Amino acid sequence: MFNALTTLQLQEYWWFLTALLAALFVFMTFVQGGQSLLWTLAKTETERDIIVNALGRKWELTFTSLVMFGGALFASFPLFYATSFGGAYYVWMAILFCFIIQAVAYEYRKKPGNVFGEKTYEVFLFINGSLGIILVGTALGTLFTGGHFIVNDMHLSHWTTKAYGLEAVLSFFNVAFGFMLFFLARLSAALYFINAVDDASILSRARTVLKYESWIFLILFLYVAGSILTMNGYTYDPQTMIVSVEPMKFLHNFEAMPAVAGIFAIGVLLLLAGLYMGAYTQSDKGIWPAGMGIVLTVTALMLILGYNHTAYYPSLSDIQSSLTIENSASSRYTLIAMSYVSLLVPFVLGYIVLVWRAMNREKITADEVENDPHHY
Amino acid sequence: MHHIDPSLIDWSRAQFALTALYHWIFVPLTLGLTFIVAIMETIYVKTGNEWWKKTTKFWMGLLAINFAIGLATGIIMEFEFGTNWSNYSWIVGDIFGAPLAIEGLMAFFMESTFFAVMFFGWNKVSKRTHLLSTWLVAIGSNLSALWILIANGWMQHPVGMHFNPDTARNEMTDFWAVVFNPNAYTKFLHTISSGYVLASLFVIAISSWYLLKKRDIQFAKRSIMVAASFGLMVSLFNLTTGDDAARQVAINQPMKLASMEGLYEGKSGAEIVAFGILDPSKTLKDKKDPFLVKFAIPGGLSLLSYHSFDAYVPGIEDIVYGNKAHHIMSAAEKMQQGKKAVAALKAYKEAKKEGNVQEAKVQRSIFEANSKYMGYGYLTSPEQTVPNVPLTFYAFHTMVGFGTWFILLFVIILYLTMTNELHAHRWVLWAGVWSLPMGYIAQEAGWITAEVGRQPWAIQDMLPVGMATSNIASGSVMLTFWMFAILFTALLIAEVKIMATQINIGPKEADHV
Repeated sequence: MFNALTTLQLQEYWWFLTALLAALFVFMTFVQGGQSLLWTLAKTETERDIIVNALGRKWELTFTSLVMFGGALFASFPLFYATSFGGAYYVWMAILFCFIIQAVAYEYRKKPGNVFGEKTYEVFLFINGSLGIILVGTALGTLFTGGHFIVNDMHLSHWTTKAYGLEAVLSFFNVAFGFMLFFLARLSAALYFINAVDDASILSRARTVLKYESWIFLILFLYVAGSILTMNGYTYDPQTMIVSVEPMKFLHNFEAMPAVAGIFAIGVLLLLAGLYMGAYTQSDKGIWPAGMGIVLTVTALMLILGYNHTAYYPSLSDIQSSLTIENSASSRYTLIAMSYVSLLVPFVLGYIVLVWRAMNREKITADEVENDPHHY
Repeated sequence: MHHIDPSLIDWSRAQFALTALYHWIFVPLTLGLTFIVAIMETIYVKTGNEWWKKTTKFWMGLLAINFAIGLATGIIMEFEFGTNWSNYSWIVGDIFGAPLAIEGLMAFFMESTFFAVMFFGWNKVSKRTHLLSTWLVAIGSNLSALWILIANGWMQHPVGMHFNPDTARNEMTDFWAVVFNPNAYTKFLHTISSGYVLASLFVIAISSWYLLKKRDIQFAKRSIMVAASFGLMVSLFNLTTGDDAARQVAINQPMKLASMEGLYEGKSGAEIVAFGILDPSKTLKDKKDPFLVKFAIPGGLSLLSYHSFDAYVPGIEDIVYGNKAHHIMSAAEKMQQGKKAVAALKAYKEAKKEGNVQEAKVQRSIFEANSKYMGYGYLTSPEQTVPNVPLTFYAFHTMVGFGTWFILLFVIILYLTMTNELHAHRWVLWAGVWSLPMGYIAQEAGWITAEVGRQPWAIQDMLPVGMATSNIASGSVMLTFWMFAILFTALLIAEVKIMATQINIGPKEADHV
């Protein structure tokens, strides 16, 4: 089946899967958003327990999505894995630290014998939910703005600044991208709580968050989307593989791929609809259009980043070192082998949906949390 | 190729070793305890006896405490291949990335999805669905180990690939050869069965402590019965898989085998050292006896390695300096060929860049003729091929010695439990308690043997660690090393304290914490 595809088609297929994983991860960051809202939505210990337990049943899926995103990149675009992780060292290490402390925080927070105290783990959750996501967003922003790396003839790379990736915070676009992701995570968390929790005070505060923070998000989103459509992009000649700067490259990519533009537009509309439902109606279903919208929007953004002969990770130190889906991919053989493995994706998504429905059939209440011996 | 600062290699190794050693404190318990919990829950579902449900929940609570930190250290390891071993990620990512991605898709999602049902689904799904979820967590965590060990097995014995000079990397040519690499399977079976042994020791240690304190008697006795039966079965299996794993080492990594046994000069009918103290002043070719003291079984190493008492087992010096009588090529000869391959690869790339087709063709044929030993071309002396012999030797013998003791312990405890005399033998109960730290030491010793024994290779005979690191400042890695060391240690302290408190509270109160 996959043998019939050209090498470029295989690379595009894997870029699509990577885009989808990135999109699912961004949707699942509602867990992080919820952690950053812990002290905003909860004013009592019971309310904090409800929030933590509502998120605690999903945090591993976010964690797994991140691991899967890394694994898929490693298998399909190893040169990106080598160049970005091995170069932007401090950024990725900071992100990893933010995720280590999350993993233990849920389990240890309320346990007797907890030497560091409940508050410490709540701070861990907040750090992961705020700094962790802003850093992830900033790192993703560099896919548009580029990094300071050089790839030599042997395809071995090195970073050219001693800040090892931390210089990304000097770009206003990257930081705005990070904060946009942060507010998006908070908004989807508010929608998730409205859907999954039965507690009047939390719900009322969640709707207030949606009313006010939606505007902050929209301003950031408009800035980021506007910048992407008007910024210089990096294109390459498919024959010579020579990379050059192309003004408004991403706008041209939307024009060249109207289906992707359509996905982007539908995604944005669904996201706005979900936010409206959460903020201005009594519906508890806003998470679904918003979630769908996030997945479609992020997928579309990733597709204009990698398709249509675009360098998805430009080098600011040596333009010809820029990474494209063609020069950074695994071999044809590996892509084919892994494509057969990817047929498991619908099966995995299927059981995740089934389990989600079974676990969220009834809303989480204070009674349930207090009477559950294994509550977080 | 660029110049690599030797301290960068050491710090990169140290950081990965630190992460791996901490990760492996938690993983084996998860691998085994998930199965023990699944067995207990199966008894509950079959009998409907609420006592088993309570027992299951108690052990499940301890599993959860352990699970989270294993997950946290696991994600670091995956990303460290990129952050600290970026050259490695490009040079072998085409092969090595695949099992990691498959692990995420096939195993990790299964584990994390059903983990939520296992812990929070008692009143949300049916009994049978809950039981299925518990088994799926156990299967998922073991599947995860399978794919990771396929990746690790490939590092120990690379198969199913070729080096492509155009992309300057190794590329997969046979997916099934990678998946069914015999080295990976022996490693997988040996590793997971050792995890089951540790989980059995964990249950026995806690139950023994309850019996010593004369509390939770029924709970402790029944738990010990399950754990000792399971432990004896899996430790015998562990013994056979260990034998298979050692044979794979003999075939594919003779230097590691020689280091594990402190064998400097090869011999026919080589003895296996049951106990020994190495002479720390021993150096290559000094003709001194490597041991100050030893107790060895004649012919044992030849028999176990090659199934013949008379088989020749090469020693460290044979592998470094060669042995014509036994057709063993010296490391110097391999280095010579390797350097030709490295030079030809460079010349080939330059010729291609200049569009000199004829020269490129010539250099490529030189490269192909010498590429088998290309990895040796990056070494600076033949002696670099020797790993840290004392560390490999003592780690291996610690693992084997402790493993043998565990079999004996399981037999004794099972016998005394069946004859209802266990509580009368307090020394056995204390032995049960103290065997738990021994179990952890044996686990770590096993990985030290496997990983230190294959140094200096990141990929056996193909890619030395010096060529595999990221090209970053060693000070940056030193900084993150200490940050990890402090964080991991703090989390370990937190974990041990919470675990100890939970054990002290005990199963009677398990439903109320």
